Amino acid sequence: MKTKAYIVIIGAGISGLSIAYNLAKKGVKDIIVVDKSHFLAGATARCGAGVRQQWATELNCILAKKSIEFFSHANETLNYHRDIEFKQGGYLILSSSIAEDEQFAKNVKLQNSLGIPTRHLSKEEALEIVPHLNPNSFTSATFCHTDGHVNPFLMSEAYYLAAQKLGVDFFFFNEVKEIILEEGLIQKVITDKVEIDTHKVVNAAGGYSQEIGQMVGLDIPVYSENHEILVTERTKDMLGPMVMSFSKNIYCQQVPHGSILMGRNNPKALHNHDISSSWRFLDEMAKTVNHILPEVAKQRVIRTWGGSYNISPDFQPIISDTQVSNFFIACGFSGHGFMFAPITGELLSQIILGEELEAYAKDLHISRFDNMENIDREHSVV
Amino acid sequence: MSKKDIIICRCEDVSLQDIHDALELGYRDFESLKRILRIGMGPCQGQTCSHLVKNEIAKYNKVHPETVKIHKTRPLVSGVVLKDIAENQDED
Repeated sequence: MKTKAYIVIIGAGISGLSIAYNLAKKGVKDIIVVDKSHFLAGATARCGAGVRQQWATELNCILAKKSIEFFSHANETLNYHRDIEFKQGGYLILSSSIAEDEQFAKNVKLQNSLGIPTRHLSKEEALEIVPHLNPNSFTSATFCHTDGHVNPFLMSEAYYLAAQKLGVDFFFFNEVKEIILEEGLIQKVITDKVEIDTHKVVNAAGGYSQEIGQMVGLDIPVYSENHEILVTERTKDMLGPMVMSFSKNIYCQQVPHGSILMGRNNPKALHNHDISSSWRFLDEMAKTVNHILPEVAKQRVIRTWGGSYNISPDFQPIISDTQVSNFFIACGFSGHGFMFAPITGELLSQIILGEELEAYAKDLHISRFDNMENIDREHSVV
Repeated sequence: MSKKDIIICRCEDVSLQDIHDALELGYRDFESLKRILRIGMGPCQGQTCSHLVKNEIAKYNKVHPETVKIHKTRPLVSGVVLKDIAENQDED
């Protein structure tokens, strides 16, 4: 087993995979990705599989738009032998109050200014897109037809195989225990199985990025909390777009496989690594979907699970270098790491290689939290 | 009989050939195979395929089947109509 690397990436989830692929594509050799468990044990494989561009902050809109552009040709770019199942059925986001509708008007204006083709819809127009919506469950909506779905397992495999072909090494079942620094410089990454000599480390550890940061004395202002999801049996085509409501706390989409995924947040979730399933979630989820999408509520749920959101103070990612020399981070995605992965890998590879960054990307730096008063917080989240 | 015609997971239509191809590609544990092939993700939640896959993993890795972990069993064990949960009724 190789014990020397130019760079060690901690975490083989979608962010770590995209970073590894982007670095390798630019000619970087001796990349090792370490992961404490099996292939896709963490948040990537537990996510809701949606990809959207309808955000309330400019930064999130830009990240999402660039990522969607990548997804649209990912099979060819990565020369993937399966299909990532990119489906553009759109996202239909429901409003249920005047205040929410006013916020959506602002969001649409922002999104359109950035080239995202969102439309503000009346209740009648929304019902044309999903006729079986309960008309009494919302007042208006926004719709972006280029939003949609990507299969998280297969998208990850596409990156994984492409990175392997470019020479990236993967060490699964290797839990990082320690990162050794000498005079502030990284020397070694020590796992429970191997010691790797390296001078550069990427923290893409998702739910555990806080703990990895602490290994080099860095206090990253993120925390993890459990978000639960359920999936129904495979059924007839009945839901083109992802239907979402922030105020009613639901997202719900039929994936190309035919099953329907839905999730919501638990406002009382503790800040920890719990990913268990609760009856409370099932009960509340069933009531919410029965109210908004009664036809979907006639389907049988076959499985529920949980996964960690790694949440940052402004609900936007942290993609940056740090005060620790050659220690880079991609974390705090606040539930959106999968859909932002293509741009995450591109930007972090630019940062690592010292390339010129576009102006917007500077706002992803961890130093933005030095002064919390001025941060632009994302509100369009479930 | 061709390995393509031996169905291991009936819910998601996964053949013995699919399992062997994925093992060959480097996925050597149940949870990894599940993510790529959807075994254990259908309506039966692995009640049929899990032991068959376990044996295939054991054969490939040359270990005893008892040492191979299968996937995590998740709620619900059988399908329940969401509307019934919402309305707190028994399923007909």
